[in-house]
Amino acid sequence: MSGLPPAPDVIEAVLARADGDCVALVEESHEAEVRFANNTTTTNGVRLDRRVTVIAFSPVDGGLAAGIARRSGAVDVDDMVAAAVHDARTGSPAEDAKPLIPGGADRSFDLPPGDTDLDVLSGVLSGLAGAFARAEAAGRVLSGYAEHQVATTLLGTTTGLRLRHVQPTGALHLVGRSRDGTRSAWAGAGTPTFADVSVERLEEAVARGLGWAEHRVDLDAGRYEVVLPPEAVADLMVALAEAATGKQAEEGRTVFSAPGGRTRLGDTLSALPFHLWSDPAAAGLECAPFLATAASSSDVSVFDNGLPIDPVEWVEGGKLGRLRYHRADAARSHAAVTPPVDNLVLDLPGATATLDEMVAATERGLLLTCLWYIREVDPTTLLLTGLTRDGVYVVEEGKVVGAANNFRFNESPVDLLARATEVGAPVRALGREFGEWVNRTRMPPLRVPDFNMSSVSPAS
Amino acid sequence: MDADQIERARQAALEAAERLGADHAEVRIEHIRSQIVALRDANLETAADDTMVGMGVRVVHDGSIGFAATVAVDADAAAALADQAVAAARTTALAGGRRVELAPEPTHPGVEWVAPHRTDPITVPLADKVALLEAWSRRLLDAPGVDHVTAHVLAVSEEKHYADLAGTSATQHRVRVHPALSAVALTADGGFEEMRTVAPPVGRGWEYLEGEGWDWETELSELPALLAAKLAAPSVEGGRYDLVIDPTNLWLTIHESVGHATELDRALGYEAAYAGTSFATPDKLDTLEYGSVLMHVTGDRTAEFGLATVAIDDEGVESQSFDLVRDGILVGYQLDRATSGVAGRARSNGCAFADSPLHIPIQRMANVSLQPATGADTTTDDLIGGVERGLYVVGDKSWSIDMQRYNFQFTGQRFFRIVDGRLDGQVRDVAYQANTTDFWGSLRGLGGPSTYLLAGAFNCGKGQPGQVAAVSHGCPSALFEQVRVLNAREESGR
Repeated sequence: MSGLPPAPDVIEAVLARADGDCVALVEESHEAEVRFANNTTTTNGVRLDRRVTVIAFSPVDGGLAAGIARRSGAVDVDDMVAAAVHDARTGSPAEDAKPLIPGGADRSFDLPPGDTDLDVLSGVLSGLAGAFARAEAAGRVLSGYAEHQVATTLLGTTTGLRLRHVQPTGALHLVGRSRDGTRSAWAGAGTPTFADVSVERLEEAVARGLGWAEHRVDLDAGRYEVVLPPEAVADLMVALAEAATGKQAEEGRTVFSAPGGRTRLGDTLSALPFHLWSDPAAAGLECAPFLATAASSSDVSVFDNGLPIDPVEWVEGGKLGRLRYHRADAARSHAAVTPPVDNLVLDLPGATATLDEMVAATERGLLLTCLWYIREVDPTTLLLTGLTRDGVYVVEEGKVVGAANNFRFNESPVDLLARATEVGAPVRALGREFGEWVNRTRMPPLRVPDFNMSSVSPAS
Repeated sequence: MDADQIERARQAALEAAERLGADHAEVRIEHIRSQIVALRDANLETAADDTMVGMGVRVVHDGSIGFAATVAVDADAAAALADQAVAAARTTALAGGRRVELAPEPTHPGVEWVAPHRTDPITVPLADKVALLEAWSRRLLDAPGVDHVTAHVLAVSEEKHYADLAGTSATQHRVRVHPALSAVALTADGGFEEMRTVAPPVGRGWEYLEGEGWDWETELSELPALLAAKLAAPSVEGGRYDLVIDPTNLWLTIHESVGHATELDRALGYEAAYAGTSFATPDKLDTLEYGSVLMHVTGDRTAEFGLATVAIDDEGVESQSFDLVRDGILVGYQLDRATSGVAGRARSNGCAFADSPLHIPIQRMANVSLQPATGADTTTDDLIGGVERGLYVVGDKSWSIDMQRYNFQFTGQRFFRIVDGRLDGQVRDVAYQANTTDFWGSLRGLGGPSTYLLAGAFNCGKGQPGQVAAVSHGCPSALFEQVRVLNAREESGR
């Protein structure tokens, strides 16, 4: 029992009190997590969160204004509607104003919300008991994190929409360190159910990395041939996709800007015919098929709540295919309406190599584990800085011969697509840095012949 | 929430936890109101008001921690949370591991504390906020050479009610605001430059936007010309430079290279899977040469207007002030009760914080500050005057540091060339890069109290699930010798 009124009732109560256009949004999430470090569990938690958002719309001098009230728990619906209506009536005209999306009701709308609890992580907990014992015996120190969330979104509008989406999201991270702290390795996986991941599988990957690192190779900064694993590619492609905003590109502020207030839509980004795409129905990466947002931004509009989300090719055959636009800006710019999508896939038609096969085909290069602390340095080139973390492995004649020091890199993911010389088959991948926000990605390994390692990091 | 409702929930949670055999239990009931107002080119982009009410219970039961939280706040839900938290402790204990021991803390019953402010920023009408940002945006847009302007203000008002089984109880009210404007100038060939205001976020009320604590008039009037000069500036020549770093930039370097590195949970490996560890491990306490002898860094949760300032932390520990680096030597850590217990410390220094009632408290950063020079009140101009070839760095922008807090790279809002002790125009495309102890070892000059500024951030991330904390960092202007400077354009191969 949550102690909260049924979410569909809250939606109907809000809409019944609205005397003009209105959107009601209920986001309810159940979460369970366990954290561990130094071969022991540390913190954990179970939680219930529910946020109710009321968006009222009102004609004002010069256009249409939106007023937004967002509150948690068992809300006072009368008070929320009054607050939203007040802010709309006293507000400024919205640049993103459009008529609300019309539509009907999902048959699932009145079903109870999805749920989860620590039982979902029982396999992880039992796996950890054995892993801690093995780590103690082997002189390893394990740390990590397992979390599971089931988020239910209900959206209702005065134009008749009644939409519901249940989104399960899970992640498991495992870091192993040698007891003296000189070697470390990471493995991680995204999962909707925890049925397809295990501590033992990640433990094998971590043990392999720590074994490789028993031979240390000190390297200087410079440009190296690298094999980027899917997890590192995921973080780089998420950064690229995040920059794909139409409005900001037109304003001349991004790597996708062209002179004269134009964008680079249609420009060739890479000689290889990459496809970077999103699709709410992508198998194994399913996500919300409609837009639900509590706030507007440069590419998302509260007026677009309920907008169907279609498959989209951000990069199509190596060319820039789409930028994100809400309906109002898309109309002004004669561009395609393109909302954000909560998954991301990079692939190259015909690419079948696995990461291990690409390593085996490497004469001399570096195999990275993951990237960390990635930040934008120059938006005009999308130059990113960041660091390698938990394993930079030296490959010679197709075999890993040891581990090198960590590096700081300075690279642009747009340039990396252009310079990639080999691409593998995409697999589900959890970005170490941005996987916390973009859990559902499928990425290939990439070979880049001249990756810019700007300086050495002594971190281990 | 009324006082009776809160008290009934607090009692119900603690009574249930005690009945279930918890050795320690604490309950937090929080009411957090936050607002964001954002404008693009003086047009409203978003204005959202968010109210979070919730309750979290943490227990230590038979040596294991358990936590449960909900947005339903009443006595029944509170008792149920205690039950869930104890169940969570029992469940996770199945994985085995060491017993949790919290460091002891005297009880502090009936604490009531309000952060100093005149106008709670949440109470200011939305229309007034929009009007002010619109006026500031139009002023910038009207200036020659400014093509676009974004503006936003974040405002938070946070009431936290704490109680634990030992008898500590506290009601605290904090406020904070962060206004920022950014101006963009375009070139005909598709280039652009952007410059943001350097006014820091503060633990103050709306009076901050009315000029109390910051000179908005001067900053807004100077910004367009500074942006135009940046757009026309040459690209920097990479190499080693003496840097005079303004507090508007140096605060972030302190945050990343000292603040996080002196968190004991990191140093002991408890953040190894996420935020990382620290090179400043406990075996180096009192011996590690962190920097030059000029370096005196303190931690506190007591500074007036500090974003991390409280009276009682989220484990019931009284706020304190303490040394982290003294005369260039590592002498202390930021602590919470759990890591203090692991390390055998007699007492936590009050650095536990949870960013939401739905999150468990973890060790978070105090206000970590570099103290100014004592004696003569050295000015920023004095520091610049002593540099033959260097750069004067103003305002923070991009930041990145490795998982043990060694290797960092920062950019800024503007970089002025220093030639023979004088400023000689701006340069572009600058990033500075160093290892922490090398950088702090190159500290050769400190500004005096007149250069000291309490800056900081709303968005310090740590922990799993991720938590966001606001924290302040005070510092004077400072001179660092022969720091590596990169040309960001060349780094991108262009």
